[in-house]
Amino acid sequence: MKPRYFLKCCVAVIMATALFCSFQPSFASTPAENNEAPGRELAKQAVKGTTRWTTTDHSHHEVLKQNFTTGEEITKACLSCHSSAATQFHKTIHWTWLATGKEKDKTYGKAGDSVNTFCLSGNNMEDKGCLSCHTGWNKKGVDGEINCLKCHNSSGFNFIESFADIKSFEGDDDPDTKEMITDIQSEIKDAVSKVAFPNRANCGNCHFNGGGGDGVKHGDLDTSMTNPNKMLDVHMGTDGQNFTCTRCHTTVDHNIAGRIYTNPAVSKRESLIDDDMAPKITCVSCHSDAPHKNDTKMNDHTDVVSCQACHIPTYARVLPTQMSWDWTTAGKLKDGKPYHEDGPLGRPIYKSIKGSFTWDKNVVPEYMWFNGSLKSATVKDIIDPGQVVKVSCPVGAESDLPALIYPFKVHKGVQPYDKINKILAAPMLSGKNGYWTTFDMNDAIKNGHKTLGIPYSGEFDYVKTSYAFPITHMVAPKENVVDCIECHTRKDGRMAKISGVFIPGRDISSIINTIGLLAIFGTLGVIVLHAVGRIVTGKNGKKEA
Amino acid sequence: MSQQMVKTYLFTRYERFWHWLQMVLIFILLLTGFEVNGFYALFGFETAVNIHNYTGLTWLVAFLVFVFWLFTTGEWRQYIPTTQKLFSVAMFYAFGIFKGEDHPYPKRKEAKHNPLQRLSYLGLSATLLPVQMATGFLYWSYNSWEAWGLTFLNLQVLAFIHVIVAFAILQFVIIHVYMTTTGHTPFAHIMTMITGWEELKEDEAAEGWEVRNYKNKMQQIQDILEKSETVK
Repeated sequence: MKPRYFLKCCVAVIMATALFCSFQPSFASTPAENNEAPGRELAKQAVKGTTRWTTTDHSHHEVLKQNFTTGEEITKACLSCHSSAATQFHKTIHWTWLATGKEKDKTYGKAGDSVNTFCLSGNNMEDKGCLSCHTGWNKKGVDGEINCLKCHNSSGFNFIESFADIKSFEGDDDPDTKEMITDIQSEIKDAVSKVAFPNRANCGNCHFNGGGGDGVKHGDLDTSMTNPNKMLDVHMGTDGQNFTCTRCHTTVDHNIAGRIYTNPAVSKRESLIDDDMAPKITCVSCHSDAPHKNDTKMNDHTDVVSCQACHIPTYARVLPTQMSWDWTTAGKLKDGKPYHEDGPLGRPIYKSIKGSFTWDKNVVPEYMWFNGSLKSATVKDIIDPGQVVKVSCPVGAESDLPALIYPFKVHKGVQPYDKINKILAAPMLSGKNGYWTTFDMNDAIKNGHKTLGIPYSGEFDYVKTSYAFPITHMVAPKENVVDCIECHTRKDGRMAKISGVFIPGRDISSIINTIGLLAIFGTLGVIVLHAVGRIVTGKNGKKEA
Repeated sequence: MSQQMVKTYLFTRYERFWHWLQMVLIFILLLTGFEVNGFYALFGFETAVNIHNYTGLTWLVAFLVFVFWLFTTGEWRQYIPTTQKLFSVAMFYAFGIFKGEDHPYPKRKEAKHNPLQRLSYLGLSATLLPVQMATGFLYWSYNSWEAWGLTFLNLQVLAFIHVIVAFAILQFVIIHVYMTTTGHTPFAHIMTMITGWEELKEDEAAEGWEVRNYKNKMQQIQDILEKSETVK
């Protein structure tokens, strides 16, 4: 071949490669002036114009300038303008504490048959200890008046305590007391006017402290999320996007988007491009399902792996979260009195009223298939005490099309159950007949089951349980994303327990590899012998040599 | 050895370029491929995958050019398998080489490869490499299967075939490299693949069975050329 043909061939190869590659999104570089990942660009579109505008200033409303003596009066003032708010709100789970579920003979929710691995049951709203998180002014449950300010006030002022103070001064004619009442009322007036859309502290008051303390329930929600930095949550970071909860948990008629017990947050994962009225509750809503730049291999994962699986490397990154709760040790007293003991992470490891706990920080999640629905246990479910009872676990066998691999916090419990009826127990905890007063579990279960209308045999024992929480907050900046090798590794990877999907680098055939290596080393052995033979005979195909 | 040794131009520039390009590509692919399989950590999984993908795609395109070259030049005839002298060549490498016998199959320009080479290069170029490229390409395009109507494919089966063939190619490479040392000096064959020139024996013409197709084609071309000249 003449030199010019050779050159032509080289050029042809290079041209052909370039042509081929240019059709591949993985090679085609995005223009220099538009160097952002498509998913980021979309999300920025979705949230541009972050300042919300309003036509009203609540501090100018005469109806809010009263001297309020009870919370209910404030609510009446709110409803005098927002006439449909109560009707709307009364239908939401934040008020009813009841969720719909697939099984019609059971009710789900704190006011229903649901149980958990923490304070076990809400006892049909009869366990008044739980009701401090209810969105009412008092502990009458759904019979009371809504407390609008719980979500819609940015002052952080403790209205309930102030009204209790006023009430305690009732009938006292001392001029000093009267002056104090006037002072409190003017403070209340100031605070009431700070009406706002819910901020992180409003939601966090209950959701960061679920289970009876900071970081007890969720691994990805605790008070560090009130004012997080970007490292902790790339969306909510006050040094970054500064999202409030409702930026993603969008609301229609006071119904806030999100998963509710067994019901998934959305029926399908679609972006705002597919449906511009869709809730912004999923990552896909704003980021699409092919968000990564120039890298089809990352985008190739989104049919199997959730965004959270890689983008939340660990949870409880700032404050510890509770990993287990063992009720069997509850009830020990010191000098006839209940006590508690703090552990190395600054959190209680023992409380007489509750039992023993373990805590952890920076926890690597467990990974499971999840189609958005959870299977949630109720006091009416028959359990098998020989096994760990899954009080809450994700639904989504790998055969279900929409199921993806998601990260979870799995809280381990040891909790009472009815030995004869084989159901999880729902003891009454607070109040004068509650366990926290009597330290009599048998009696507490009897009282608790009465509130729920379920039988109690009179015999109880303890059973191991688990409660899985999807991890979806505390999304880390992209620099801190989980490295490929943490899953694509032969042993002890994050995906070690995931079945039903072929994972390159994890799934190998030891037969193929063994035979392959044997063949390679066998060949090398034969070659060495052959070479030695040639050297020894010194002939190498030449008679003269 | 009575015959005169004559320097013959055996491998054209493109052939040599293709050979060494392929060597580099196969080396990179084996190195990164076995890392992805988990035998060792060298580049890191992500980098190894990226290098492997880019290299594989480049190879695929370059191979298509090679196939084009093979058929337009008629060089494919060099790979037509034959059983003649196959056994004696095998016997030479197994025994004769130790006794100082002559290679039973001297190289000629029209028949560069001995029957054993023909068979193994054909097996490589027509079976192992295409299978490896096909499985590799499908592996890479995993997320397009649905759009392409290929949902019957199984990623795990595909991946395992890819690994089996990788081992086979590695084995070929090892034997191939060793066989290059069996020339009249250990580096003679390698030098030929670099310069293109090889010392061949002058008077040995290729026998009819070796070049039947090749010669026929060349003769046809010659005839056509002569005819056209006569017409003028």
